[in-house]
Amino acid sequence: MAALKKITLFVLLMILSSVVFAQDDKEVMADTMRSNGRIYVLLAVVVTILLGLILYVFRLDRKISRLEKDK
Amino acid sequence: MYKSWWKIASVLLLLYTFVGGFLMDVPRLPALGETIRNLYFHVCMWFAMMILFTISLVNSIRYLRTFKLKYDIAARHYATVGVVMGVLGYATGAIWMSYTWGDPNNPTFESFSSIAREPKLIGAAIALLIYFAYMVLRDSINDMDKRARISSVYNIFAYAMLFPSIWIIPRILPSLHPGQTGNPALDMQDIDNRMRLVFYPAVIGWTLLGVWITTLKIRFTLLKEKHLM
Repeated sequence: MAALKKITLFVLLMILSSVVFAQDDKEVMADTMRSNGRIYVLLAVVVTILLGLILYVFRLDRKISRLEKDK
Repeated sequence: MYKSWWKIASVLLLLYTFVGGFLMDVPRLPALGETIRNLYFHVCMWFAMMILFTISLVNSIRYLRTFKLKYDIAARHYATVGVVMGVLGYATGAIWMSYTWGDPNNPTFESFSSIAREPKLIGAAIALLIYFAYMVLRDSINDMDKRARISSVYNIFAYAMLFPSIWIIPRILPSLHPGQTGNPALDMQDIDNRMRLVFYPAVIGWTLLGVWITTLKIRFTLLKEKHLM
């Protein structure tokens, strides 16, 4: 059992180390979000805020419409 | 939710403004750098403010022609949202100028004395203060008809004051602010054609968002004051 644990840990650490190595090789990975000075991250943040505000206004609109129907 | 096509248009135009505004190609200019993209945000606030003030003026005139209170309520709310847009324009302008007009060797606070002399800043401040006075005047009169009549007349004068304070005087005096000659942002030689692709949709999108918020406020006020109508 202890041997099994050791082997599992060994394999796990091997895999982990490969993740660490991935940082300095030049392969093109899905790192759009890290390119161009991370402008896409900024864009994601700003668009999230915009969508949040629009959702808020939209819900307000629906609530007022419901009030208008009740009268 | 009614008449929702222009609300959808507003959302789509704003999404386009943000995505296109951040990612599309812009001219590379000294001192401005990427802040040139503020054209899609800071300048649009002022455009939206002017359009909302114009709608407010139209509603005031309609009130004075028909004496229907709903036009006065509409005029008040269009002016309020216009002021909100103006304050946002002022705040964004303050951030923008700190990093473009401000002397990098001096902190902004020390170059403030030259920045505070900007005719555009003073003119915009006067225009906004006149509209603040409109709110104060309108909300301090209790009699409904008198309030509507006086504030509608005042609103026309307030709009007339926009001409000298933000359209004429800033173009006569020397200034650091762009848009000194001609019609800034509308002139054919004034802005790069690549920026027009985002700028005009942005103006429409921001204005429609302002109109949307205003209609919500108007509808809410009409509900609240239904017994008076």
